[in-house]
Amino acid sequence: MSTPVLEVRALVKRFGGFVALNGVDLHVGAGERLGLIGPNGSGKTTMINCISGALYNDEGSIIFEGRDITRMAPHQRTRLGVARSFQIPKPFRSMTVLENLRVPLEYAAWNRAEHRHITDEAMAVLESIGLKHCAQQNSAGLTQVDMRKLELARALAAKPRLLVSDEAMAGLSNAEVDEILEILLALNKRGVAVIMIEHIMRAVMRFSQRVVVLDAGEKIAEGTPDEIVRNPDVERAYLGE
Amino acid sequence: MKKISPFWIVVVAVIIAGLVFTSTVKNEYYFNAAYVVLQALLMAVAWNVLGGFTGYVNFGSAGFFAVGAYTAIALDKAFGLPLPLLILASGTVCGLIGLALGYLTLRLKGVYFAIATLAMAIVFETLVVNWAYVGGAKGAYILTPDSHLWFDSYIQMLFMVMLLLALAAIAVSRYLNSSRLGRGLAAIRDDEVAAECAGVPTLRLKLISATVMGVMMGVAGAPYPFFVTFVDPVSAFNLFIAVNSIAMPMIGGTAHWIGPVIGALLVGSLQEIITVTVSSELNILFVGLMLVGFITLAPQGIVGLVRKFRGRKP
Ligand SMILES: Nc1ncnc2c1ncn2[C@@H]1O[C@H](COP(=O)(O)OP(=O)(O)OP(=O)(O)O)[C@@H](O)[C@H]1O
Ligand SMILES: [Mg+2]
Repeated sequence: MSTPVLEVRALVKRFGGFVALNGVDLHVGAGERLGLIGPNGSGKTTMINCISGALYNDEGSIIFEGRDITRMAPHQRTRLGVARSFQIPKPFRSMTVLENLRVPLEYAAWNRAEHRHITDEAMAVLESIGLKHCAQQNSAGLTQVDMRKLELARALAAKPRLLVSDEAMAGLSNAEVDEILEILLALNKRGVAVIMIEHIMRAVMRFSQRVVVLDAGEKIAEGTPDEIVRNPDVERAYLGE
Repeated sequence: MKKISPFWIVVVAVIIAGLVFTSTVKNEYYFNAAYVVLQALLMAVAWNVLGGFTGYVNFGSAGFFAVGAYTAIALDKAFGLPLPLLILASGTVCGLIGLALGYLTLRLKGVYFAIATLAMAIVFETLVVNWAYVGGAKGAYILTPDSHLWFDSYIQMLFMVMLLLALAAIAVSRYLNSSRLGRGLAAIRDDEVAAECAGVPTLRLKLISATVMGVMMGVAGAPYPFFVTFVDPVSAFNLFIAVNSIAMPMIGGTAHWIGPVIGALLVGSLQEIITVTVSSELNILFVGLMLVGFITLAPQGIVGLVRKFRGRKP
């Protein structure tokens, strides 16, 4: 395994007395495609919230490209190269689709921009994700599918080194799932590591080089997609005793 | 862009019109009325920086305004400073209060933040009521300085001062609205978590926004003592000031810098007309009704209505 992009050590997150994450370790290699799965409420989104800084973890540490980012503000993490999409889309509702992308381009990627043709760059991202036709449309009026694409597009516009996609495919048709898969694979080819959270097993299995399984805030399995499919613990977690 | 934007041409034209106004019109009533409208405009533009652009509703505008006024009263009494320095001092004091308010956004959002701003205004009012040096609850008389530059009267000069302050505030607000900074503020208003995750330093931007608001409101309050020549806590901390500061941007439209300008000119002028033709008591009722009407029928204000009819963004 190459030097990790992300290394999460013994992460603990509590909500009051409830332990949502109980000492989870996670590492992502450079340019790796990692699938993160688990039943509803197992702590996947909480994990992502801690990695992106939307929530602060109670114990444990998070190292990104060799730097301890555990206490860093979310916007600084994004500037370093950690980008995420939200499971429940959070578009900037007063802005057009294009303007939505201007925000990460102007803030997260500002210092790393090779040139400052923000509109061109935003259009390029929209083109790659198939949203070019609604660039001037108000983001609040998008369809569910386009809203999810916008989530991804906005994360991509931050020019991440690590992208975390939180159920970008929920509720999409088969063809649309394939479309998003292609986008993520193409991004990965450019050297960006990706953590994909997904309930659609077909997509996870096709995409991931390695899969990590969470259940009730603990990591219960880790391995190649094939190993995970055959793992009895995973089956038990999903189907119950 | 080498071309001079139409905005600056309008600004210069307004300044010239103001100067022509002062040299041709003699009736002081018009300057009084214009001053009142411009003061409300400045407050509305200020409120909108934090309330409209950034999405943090401030109910305590009257507190900022009054602290601006009382800072001027205290410094005038203590050192007899000239008006420009008083304006600067009031802007600084209220800017610092705005900065403190900005830190509150770390813990308080939405309605809780709004209530905190109201509480802040009440705290300041209590302090002023108990501050004998500036007159306490009884209020203070302020002597209007003799000198009024080349203007015919002091009110003419005050009118011109307020016009310049209002124009400056509009220019700042326009810059905030259309720059990278403005997009960051809009992102905060739309979704603060998503803004952070898109790389927006939300705390820093909220601090800037709250400070700018504070400076503008303090500056709006500084000349007020010389305008009315008698200030007491009841008039300086008047609810009407706070209501107008919210209502005017809401009626004009909060998302665009022109919104509070349109709202203030429209509502402010109508208020002056009602005061003259009917009574000043009816004003607050009138604003209230207009506000309710706009919130229910046109929540995006006049700017939103125009956009809708044009079918695109202006
Ligand atoms: N802000 C919060 N406050 C309190 N409890 C929370 C909070 N966020 C998550 N939880 C709880 O933590 C647990 C893990 O939630 P999380 O959203 O991480 O699950 P998930 O694996 O993403 O589930 P899903 O597949 O449904 O998205 C759940 O029991 C949830 O109710
Ligand atoms: Mg989730």
